Amino acid sequence: MVDVTPHGADFIPAAEVAEVELYHPHSWWTRYVFSQDAKVIAIQYAGTALSIGLVALVLSWLMRLKLGFPDTFASISPDMYYQFMTMHGMIMVIYLLTALFLGGFGNYLIPLMVGARDMVFPYVNMLSYWIYLLAVLVLVGGFFAPGGPTGAGWTLYPPQAITSGTPGGQDWGIILMLVSLILFIIGFTMGGLNYVVTVLQGRTRGMTLMRLPLTVWGIFTATVMALLAFPALFVACVMMLFDRVIGSSFFMPAIVEMGATPLPHDGGSPIMFQHLFWFFGHPEVYIVALPAFGIVSDLISTHARKNIFGYRMMVWAIISIGALSFVVWAHHMYVSGMHPYFGFFFATTTLIIAIPTAIKVYNWVLTLWRGDIHLTIPMLFALSFIVTFVNGGLTGLFLGNVVVDVPLSDTMFVVAHFHMVMGVAPIMVVFGAIYHWYPKITGRMLNEAMGRFHFWVTFIGTYMIFFPMHYIGLVGVPRRYPELGDTAFVPPSVHTLNEFITVAALIVGFAQMVFLFNLLWSIRHGRPAGDNPWRATTLEWQTAGTPPPHGNFGKELPVVYRWAYDYSVPGAPEDFIAQNDPRPLTQGGPA
Amino acid sequence: MAETTLEHAAPVAPRPPGLRGIAADWSSDQRAFKNVSWGKAMMWIFLLSDTFIFGCFLLSYMTARMSTTVPWPNPSEVFALHLFGQDIPLILIAIMTFVLISSSGTMAMAVNFGYRHDRRKTAALMLLTAALGASFVGMQAFEWTKLITEGVRPWTNPWGAVQFGSSFFMITGFHGTHVTIGVIFLLITARKVWRGDFEAGARGFFTSRRGQYESVEIMGLYWHFVDLVWVFIFAFFYLW
Repeated sequence: MVDVTPHGADFIPAAEVAEVELYHPHSWWTRYVFSQDAKVIAIQYAGTALSIGLVALVLSWLMRLKLGFPDTFASISPDMYYQFMTMHGMIMVIYLLTALFLGGFGNYLIPLMVGARDMVFPYVNMLSYWIYLLAVLVLVGGFFAPGGPTGAGWTLYPPQAITSGTPGGQDWGIILMLVSLILFIIGFTMGGLNYVVTVLQGRTRGMTLMRLPLTVWGIFTATVMALLAFPALFVACVMMLFDRVIGSSFFMPAIVEMGATPLPHDGGSPIMFQHLFWFFGHPEVYIVALPAFGIVSDLISTHARKNIFGYRMMVWAIISIGALSFVVWAHHMYVSGMHPYFGFFFATTTLIIAIPTAIKVYNWVLTLWRGDIHLTIPMLFALSFIVTFVNGGLTGLFLGNVVVDVPLSDTMFVVAHFHMVMGVAPIMVVFGAIYHWYPKITGRMLNEAMGRFHFWVTFIGTYMIFFPMHYIGLVGVPRRYPELGDTAFVPPSVHTLNEFITVAALIVGFAQMVFLFNLLWSIRHGRPAGDNPWRATTLEWQTAGTPPPHGNFGKELPVVYRWAYDYSVPGAPEDFIAQNDPRPLTQGGPA
Repeated sequence: MAETTLEHAAPVAPRPPGLRGIAADWSSDQRAFKNVSWGKAMMWIFLLSDTFIFGCFLLSYMTARMSTTVPWPNPSEVFALHLFGQDIPLILIAIMTFVLISSSGTMAMAVNFGYRHDRRKTAALMLLTAALGASFVGMQAFEWTKLITEGVRPWTNPWGAVQFGSSFFMITGFHGTHVTIGVIFLLITARKVWRGDFEAGARGFFTSRRGQYESVEIMGLYWHFVDLVWVFIFAFFYLW
C-alpha cells in the first residue's frame, strides 16, 4: 500500500481545530515536577515504573535463590516466597508493563506522532501520574505493614486471599493491594481518556487514521481495551475489599478455617471472582502486547529501511486481536470446572486469536525479507522479540486446548509460557524502544558497547531461564512450590536445572544493572544524537529541537502528506521520506 | 450553535449521508467525530468505561441472586411503605425514580437555555436539577435508614440471602455516589453560569482552559447517564 497525498501541498484541508492555549510553566516546580507537559509526565511515568520494576526484579532473584538452593536459603520461608511471588507478578504486569507502555510511551509518543502540541487535557493527564504514584506508594507500603504484603498469588483468588493462612490475608497486605489497584485504575482512566481522545480528535492536518504509525495504533487500541477491561478488576477489588473489611459474602462461601473455626461468610461464589478477574486479566495480556506489536513494527521497518509489509492488515490484526481478547477469558479457568461446551467455546476463540497474531508475525518477517537490515541495538531487540514471541505463542496453542491444559495447568510449563509470551517478549520491546527513542528524549545516544552487552546477555540469558522451565513443567513439577524436597517423581535433573536457572537469572539481572547505569551515564557522556539519528520518517523525529520543546513543534504544526513507511523509495534522493515532506514521490517514482 | 465549537470553529466540508458519511469521517484527517469537541468526546468515552463498571456490578449481583440456595427477599414487600393504613409496594422507589427522571428533563432544558445564553434560566434550571438530585439522595438515605433499622446489613439479612444486603448497599451506594458527585458539579457549573464565566471566557481553575456553555451540555451527558443507570438498577433490583 502506498499512501501519499497526490497533489502535494494544495490538497491538504484547512485546520478544523484552532490552536489551543497550552499551560506554560512558571517555575522549576511546574516545569519538572507538577508539569502538564506530556513529555515530562511520560518520563515521570517511566521512571516510576522502572524503579518499582527494579523491586520486582530483586524479588524474582530471591524466589530463584529459594528454588535453586532451598537449603542455603532456608531463611526464606514459604510465606515470604508467596509474598515475593505475588508482588513480583502484580508489579511486573500492572505497575511496570502497563504503566510503562501506556503511561510512558503513550504519553511521550502519541502527541508527537500524531502531530499534536500535547494531550487534549494536560491537567487531567498530570493528575493521572500523581494518582499512579500514590498507587505505587500504597503498594510498596505493603512491605512495611504488619504481616507484610499479601501472598495470595498475583491472581488474588478468594477465598484464600483473605483467610488467615495466607500471608497478609487477615493483616494489611491484601487491603493495601486492593486499594492500590483501585487507585491505579482511577489514575489510569484519567490518562487513558486523554490518549484515546488525542488519537481520535487531536491529530494534525493530513494525519488520517490510516497514516498513523503502528506504534500509535497499538497504544491506542490497548488503551481502549484497558478502559473496558479495568472496570471488571475495579468491581472485583471493591467487592473483595467489602468481603475482607466489612464481612460481606460476595466471593466467600460458607467456609471452615484450619483449626475448625467457621468464618462469618455464607453463600458467596469464588468462581465469580475468577470470571471478573480474567475478564480483565486476559485483555490485560494484550494491553501489554499490542503496544509491543506496534512499536516493534516501527522498529523493524525503520532499521530494515523498508516499508512495513501489509500496513492495513497490521491495523486490522491489532483491532481484531483486541476485540477477540474479550471473549477468551475463561481459558484461564479450565481447571476451575466448567460446562464442556463452555470449554469448547473458549478453546475455539482462543485458537482463533492465533490467526491475526500469525498474520502479524508473517508481516514482520516479510518486512525483513530483502530489507537493508541494520543490526542496531533496537533492531536486535526487535528480532529477539519475534523469536521469543513465536516461542511463547506456540506453547499457548498447547495451553489453549482444554485437554492439554488440564494436566499442564498447574505446572512450571505455564510459568515458562507466560514469561516467554508476556514477560520477556514485551520487555524486549521495551528495551528496543528505549534504545530507539532515548536519543529523542535526551539528545544523546545510549552507549553502544554496554547496549550490545545488555542485549546478548538478556536475550541468551532469558532463554536459559525459561527454556528449561518447559521441560521442568512437562515432567510434572508444580508451580507455586517454594521447594521440591525429595519428591519421588521429580528426577535429579530438575534440581540441577533449577540451580542452572537461578544462576542464569542472577546473570540476566546483572545485565539490567548495566542497562540502568547506561541510562544514567549516557545522559551526560553519550554521543550527541542530532534530530534524527535513525533517519526515520515519523513526526517525532521532525521536531523543532531535540529534546522537543514545550508544544513539540515550534510555531507551526506539521502537515502530513504520506504514511509513516516511505523507506528506500526508488527515485527519492534519500532512503527515507518524512511524513511531513510534501514532495509527491511514491514507491513507483513521482506520482 | 456556533458557540458549541468555539475552539473548533473552522467549517467542516459537507459529508455524504449515512454510512458513507461515517466512513468519510473516519478516513479523514484531524478528527474522527466532526463537530464533537474534545471535552464532549472525553465524557462519552468515560461514560462507556463507567457503563462497564455498572455492568459488572449488576451482573455480579444477578449471579449471586440466581445462584443462592436460600430465599431472596421479595422486593415488593421489603421496599413497601406503610402509608394511609396499608402497605404500598415500591412507593418510595417510584417517587425516587420519578424525581430523578424529572431532573433529566430540567437538565435538558438547562442545556437548551445555555445555548441561548440565557444565564438566569440556565442557572435556575441547573439549581433545580441539583435540588431534585439532592432529594433523590435524601430519599435514598431514608431508605437505607429504614432497611438498617429493620436489621439489614452488608453481612446479614433477616429475610434470607446475605447477598441481598451487600448487593443493595454496594450498588445503590455506588450509584448514589455518582448522583452526589453530579450534584456537586451541577452547583459548580451553575455558579459559573450565574457569574457569566462562560460569556467572558474566564479560565477554569482546573485546566486553565477558557469555559464555554458546552460545559453545561457535558454536565448534562453525565447526568442523563446517571439517570439511565438508575433505570437499570430499578428494573433489575426492584422489579425483578
